Amino acid sequence: MEQFLQQLLNGLAVGGIYALVALGYTMVYGVLKLINFAHGDLFTIGAYLGLTLLASCNLAGLLPIPLAMLAVFVMVALLVALIGFLLERAAYRPLRDAGRLSAVVSALGASIFFQNAVMLVYGARVYVYPDFLRPDFTVSLMGVNVPGVRLLVIVASIVLMLGLWAFIQRTRIGAAVRAVAIDPAAARLMGINVDKIISLVFLIGPGLGGAAGLMVGIYYGQIDFTMGWSYGLKAFTAAILGGIGNIPGAMLGGLLLGVIEALAAGYVAMAWKDAIAFLVLILILIIRPTGILGERTADKL
Amino acid sequence: MALLTLSGIRVRYGSVEVLHGIDLRVEEGEIVTILGANGAGKSTTLLSISGLVRPFAGEMTFGGTSLLRVASHEVVGLGIAQSPEGRRVFGAMSVLENLRLGAFCIRDTARSEQTLQWIFDLFPRLDERKHQLAGTLSGGEQQMLAIGRALMAEPRLLLLDEPSLGLAPLLVRSIFETVRAINKRGVTVLLVEQNARAALKLATRGYVLELGRVVMEDRAEALLADASVREAYLGG
Repeated sequence: MEQFLQQLLNGLAVGGIYALVALGYTMVYGVLKLINFAHGDLFTIGAYLGLTLLASCNLAGLLPIPLAMLAVFVMVALLVALIGFLLERAAYRPLRDAGRLSAVVSALGASIFFQNAVMLVYGARVYVYPDFLRPDFTVSLMGVNVPGVRLLVIVASIVLMLGLWAFIQRTRIGAAVRAVAIDPAAARLMGINVDKIISLVFLIGPGLGGAAGLMVGIYYGQIDFTMGWSYGLKAFTAAILGGIGNIPGAMLGGLLLGVIEALAAGYVAMAWKDAIAFLVLILILIIRPTGILGERTADKL
Repeated sequence: MALLTLSGIRVRYGSVEVLHGIDLRVEEGEIVTILGANGAGKSTTLLSISGLVRPFAGEMTFGGTSLLRVASHEVVGLGIAQSPEGRRVFGAMSVLENLRLGAFCIRDTARSEQTLQWIFDLFPRLDERKHQLAGTLSGGEQQMLAIGRALMAEPRLLLLDEPSLGLAPLLVRSIFETVRAINKRGVTVLLVEQNARAALKLATRGYVLELGRVVMEDRAEALLADASVREAYLGG
């Protein structure tokens, strides 16, 4: 029971991170029908910017640690959002009318560019988040001692997801985002500026992805310039699992993938966790090729 | 001075020219219909008014201002709303959400609520189904929603692209009656139709398009009586 609870919470923490990154893939796919291959690298940039702000700029020395963390969290999200915005302007918007394959190639190029930029700026070695930043309290949950950082990661990712959900479902601009995802031309007839909505999506997705990068740094304590590839692949898988283009699907897919992985690591073997996670993906896609929630109501003629 | 004027509008898709210089005007308060066969350029004409298709030559004005340099999402703010061909309702959103999106450019929410009430009076069916997903509506209900959504923008000019497409005759009559009621409220209507007889009975004036050109323009009664129109569009 104790092992199950520990693995479940571990899975929810990792899954929350996958979900935040998956949201970036799925939202961009929703409005542009493009897989933003550079998204995983934006996540990496988030992890490195967080380290720079916390350690090198000594924010952690200037402010009480929880406050410094919160400030860095917001700053990283904003900075990575800005990079995402510029990425769309530079790499995708000029190719909007050029066909999908061109944009895909551009996305791959952007990914290589970012990964190498991080390597050149920071070097190719592994970086370690300073130990004193890691919240070291434990919480007793149903008689089980759970590391506080694990709970913080779960809470932070759920808060961000609920915030996004409320924004998309309850606000006028959120409705416009959904409308653009369904039918951009009809959205323009409503007076919606589609370019602005696409820019907004490229602010929100990378912002969440950057925050997730910071969370990985704090949670695992270790980052390297290729981390965007493995996390990006997992998050992309999560987006597919939930149904690409579907926002709740990305959240569900991320959490589910994290929990499956953690349980596989705990009950089977660490080395099998990826194999089992992908096996589940394959099985779900055989039964539901559109992903778990990826079913659009058919428009009648 | 006409509310809407098109003069010499030419449009091409890729290298194929589909509109070869359209001249057309709509006066305030009129119902004007554009008739023509499939591929005559009727929908393209409406799309270019809404800015979704860009003419490469010609001039187009609305209330005296040129539409050619207005971004497509700003056209609706000027007072031109369109119910597009194929309805294009947002299927995965509720009826109410669709209608509220129609008022995206309206800042005055209190007035929008009144418009919404008017639309529910025009189409009680939409009121009954306001929480249903638009994609689950019948074809006729989706058409009502597409028109209602356009009206939410409080347009001076309503562009209707084939509102009768695929609907049962009884429903067509009811939709056309509603269009008349909308017009009575002061909304000018430009109606594209293949159902020429019904459209001409409703309209004040009509244009006949053939292969991207206006080949005839007259009062609706005159077109209804015209021998060549009867033969080509009214089944003799």
